[in-house]
Parts: sequence; structure tokens; C-alpha cells
Amino acid sequence: MLKNEPIQDNPWLRRFAALTAVVTFLLLGLGGLVTSHNAGMSVPDWPNSYGYNMFFFPIKDWVGGIFYEHTHRLLASGVGLLTTILAVWLWVKEPRRWMRWLGVTALLGVVAQGVLGGLRVVLLNAHLGIIHAIVGQLFFVLMAAIALFTSRFWQNLQTVQAVGSPSALDTGGTVHPAGTNLRRLVLFTTLLIFGQLIIGATMRQAHAGLAIPDFPLAYGKLWPDTSAAAVAGYNEHRISAIAENPITAFQIILQMAHRITAVLILLAVAGCAWMAHRPHPRKSGSGPELECRLYRRLSLFWLALILAQIALGAWTTWSNKAADVATLHVLGGALSLATGAMWCLIAFRRTAMAAVRDLGPEEPRAADAAPIGAHPALAANK
Amino acid sequence: MKAFSVLVLMAALAVQTAVRAADIIGTITLDGTPPPEVPYTPLMNDPNFSKMYTSTPTTHFYVVGPNHGLGDVVVFLKNVTGKSTGASQPPALLDQKGGLYRPQILAIQTGQKLLVRNSDKCIHNVHVITTVAGNPEHNNVQMPGSPDLTFTFLKPEMFITFKCDVHPWMFAWVSVMDSPYYGVSDKTGKFVIKNVPPGHYTVEADHRKLGVQTKEVDVKDSDVTVNFTYHIK
Repeated sequence: MLKNEPIQDNPWLRRFAALTAVVTFLLLGLGGLVTSHNAGMSVPDWPNSYGYNMFFFPIKDWVGGIFYEHTHRLLASGVGLLTTILAVWLWVKEPRRWMRWLGVTALLGVVAQGVLGGLRVVLLNAHLGIIHAIVGQLFFVLMAAIALFTSRFWQNLQTVQAVGSPSALDTGGTVHPAGTNLRRLVLFTTLLIFGQLIIGATMRQAHAGLAIPDFPLAYGKLWPDTSAAAVAGYNEHRISAIAENPITAFQIILQMAHRITAVLILLAVAGCAWMAHRPHPRKSGSGPELECRLYRRLSLFWLALILAQIALGAWTTWSNKAADVATLHVLGGALSLATGAMWCLIAFRRTAMAAVRDLGPEEPRAADAAPIGAHPALAANK
Repeated sequence: MKAFSVLVLMAALAVQTAVRAADIIGTITLDGTPPPEVPYTPLMNDPNFSKMYTSTPTTHFYVVGPNHGLGDVVVFLKNVTGKSTGASQPPALLDQKGGLYRPQILAIQTGQKLLVRNSDKCIHNVHVITTVAGNPEHNNVQMPGSPDLTFTFLKPEMFITFKCDVHPWMFAWVSVMDSPYYGVSDKTGKFVIKNVPPGHYTVEADHRKLGVQTKEVDVKDSDVTVNFTYHIK
């Protein structure tokens, strides 16, 4: 399948896929604002809004928490529409069968996500809020993946593979000198980030404010006292102008797990960067060299993102969970997850192509001699 | 015959005196300095409410009066259940006025009606968050000028949260008792539990932030005083 995958550039489709991914990212941000402002239940009915058809709810009533929740619903409808168009477009125009089904999966995903959000409201079930937050992250990754798969960059990956030096390809079917280890580390790190997002979603949906009000210490210690007496003491001194639940020992431990996981993620991403930057035999213009350059850039971007994310996490604490800062932290998490996921896809794609190549030599096509982004067949479609 | 009637009357009086209910009275005191309250800044940024205040209202988790009396403490007889007279009591009222719930701490009985009123000229949603099975969670729309919402809780539960998600600084807590033997301390820290039958009881005081304290008490034929002191570092 990989060997004979048709290369077909559809500029408007890939632009549309990218647009859908970007709007989905914005939707995640708006969803983050809803939770940050404790506004998730400010519109008690669904799919209507205060008895109105959602699209005809008077703007004058978009006040307080309603503004965040209602605009979140409207933008979600927009993402639903974009995803529907994308799925139909893929079904009609996309030659790759699995991509057509990926479009269908996205359509089912956006419907499921919308229903989850609605059920969280009408069933008054806070656990559904956690699932809604996690599925939202996964849906964003899916949309980013579709944007990647429809990109010229993705289709050029096999082109770059074809110009790789035989010596590089001989190393166990991989093309990057760090090969399997790097790929595995990227996958592990991505899963770690996903686990971190689950912890974060659980913390946010507890609606208990900051379980630990200081950083980098926790209640002035490396590890806070979580005894019943200590937690009661913490609650005595927590004065908030919004209705927050009292914190529990579990929430404090969850917050500590979030911090520790952040350190692990930083180390793992730094490890990815280090592996991606390890010296290897260069061959100018070769596939491996281009791949290494790509991985190095990706790793530095990822590292910068994680460092920014840690800074945002600290700022969230220092600002007493200011809504805009906390929401930026959510978006940073989504971007970190998507970056890891995209790197995984690229790395596994490269490996799969190398395996195909190792199965039997194939005459390189003339078009294969071009670097990333300059495939003649694609250039002809511009 | 006349003598017999007098004897019967005296006996009846004696019996009545023997079972005469007494009040449990007392004062809640706070020892220490509470953390500073937080201003409701977003309330003052809301045009619906800002004109109603000359200064920014603050949270009032710690209602401390003269002589360190502590208000908003729910005091009740622990382990006295199944004695609710809530169904025959007049409804209690929780009002949304000026962008705040009034009062912030309220106690009612199981089966007693609780009316939630919107005295403001804007939309509120009344989000009732319960934790005890049998007391369902609610989230209701309440438009300005609409009738009072009525809630009834069948299970005893401390500090049921009432909040408005449209205006997230609006919240109140309602405690539901399974007997009429409870009170809420006033601004001076004083409370009364009325008409308690003779017996041995555990009196529990529960403050939203400072938690629970209990004391044992014997009630006979006269009022009993029980005081509580909360300490805060």
C-alpha cells in the first residue's frame, strides 16, 4: 500500500484541512476558557440555549458565563460543519482509501464530541466533562493528522526516502541514525504528554481552584502534608470569590503528579532533542540528512514548547489560576501533544517506507530526486 | 369530685412539666485572625450590579462580630433523624439580589420547600450541586421576573451548593436537616436550637471553612448553654 500510494496534490483540500485543524485548535481554547471561567453550566439546556434555537439566541443575553459557553457551542457547530465538509471532500476526492475512512472517523468524532459536551450539561455529570476535555484533545490531534496527511510534505516523505543513501537504509531498515530508539522515545514522550493532559483535565474539572497555591514548592515544602488535619487547614485559608469545592488530599497528590510528570516530559523531550542532534555521517542532499534536519528542528520546537508550557504552568499558579493564563496552558498542552503525535507519524511513516524499500530495490523515479517540498509532480499541480 | 379534678389537673401539669422541651442556646467564638476576604471584583464590572453598590462587596466566609462571635455556623443535634417537620413548615427563601445570594448560609429540613427567587433584572441559572444520593443535582434557568423556583430535598445533607454559572461569584450553601433541632449562628455568634425534648444529645457545629466540632449535652427541663470556640492559625 505504501509503495504504490498515489501522490495527488489537492491544494484546496490541504488548505481546508489545515483550516479545520486551526479552527479546532481555537475551539480547544474557547473550551478552555469555558472551564477557566467556571461557565460550563451557565447554559442549562442543550441543544437549545435558554429555550432558543442555539443560532437565534439573542446576543444581548450573551452575558457573563453565557458568553463563553454559548460561543463555545457556536464555534463547535462551525467545527462540525468544517469537519463534515472535509469528510465529504475526502470521500469524493481522496484517492487513498484509508484517508477517506479517516475523514469518516473525524466526522463521527466531532459528532461524538458534541454529544458528549451536550450530555455533560443535561446529565449534570462532571465525569463527562473530563472525557469531553480528553476527546477534544484527541480530536485536535486527528485533525492535525489529516492536515499532515493531505500536505505535500507528507507525500514527499516517500520521495525523500527514495533518495536516501543505501548505507543509511541498510541500518536495520531505518533512515535516521538514532532510528528505532528515537522513534520509541518520541512515542513514549507523546503518550506521557497525553497522560499529563488527562491529569490536567481531571484537575480542571474538579472546579476546586488551585490545589496547591505555590510553586515551585508545595505549601512551602518539596512534598506537601496531605493529612486530614493539614488539608482542613489549607481549606480554612482558601478564600475565593467564586464557588470552589474544598480541596482534597487526592487533588493535592494529583497536582504533585502533574508537576512530576512535567519534569519527566521535559527530560524526555530533551532526550529526543539530544538523540536528534547526535552526529551522524552526512551526505549532502540525502534523505537521512534532510530527515535529521527535520527532526532537529522538530525537537527544538518541541523543547521550546515544553519549556514555555512549564512557564505557563508556573504562571497559572502564581496568577491564582487566571482564566486567560490557565487557558494558554491548556493550548500549550494541546500543541505539545499534537507535535509529538505528528513526529510519531512522520517517524513511523519513514520507517514503514524504509521497510518497503528494504523488501526490494525499486528504480527511483526521476521525480524522487527532488528535495522536500519540490516534488515535480506536485509542483505541476500548483 | 372537686378534689379529684384538682388532682388530675395537678398530675397533668406535672407530666407536662416533666416533658417540657428546652432550648439549647450558645455562642460560637472564633479564636484567631481569619484570612482576608476577597472582593467580588467581577460583580463591580457587571453593569447589572455595579450601580447597586458604593463599594465592592467582599466574600463573607468568616462573619466575625463583636467579641469574636462567629456567624454562619450551622448547629444541630447529631444523629437525630426521622423527626423532620419540614413538610408542614413554611417555605424557606433564598434570594438572588444585587448579584449575590442572600443569605449565603441557610438551613432547612428534609421535605421543606425552598424557594429560590430572582430579584435581579438579569438572567441567572440556579445550579444546585448535591453529593448525597437521593438529593438530585439541578440546573435551572431563571429569567428576570420569573416565578420562584421550588426545591425540596429528601435526604439530610450539609452544605448543598447553590451557584450561578452566569455570575460565578454568586454562591450559597443550604444544609438540610432531618429534624427541626438546628439553628444558624447570627452575626454575634449566637444560636438557638428550640424546643429540644429532654435527653442526651451530641450537638454539632459546622462551619463551611472551619469544619466540625461536637459537644455532648444533657437536656432536662431548662435551657442549656453550649458554646463552641473555633481556632484558626
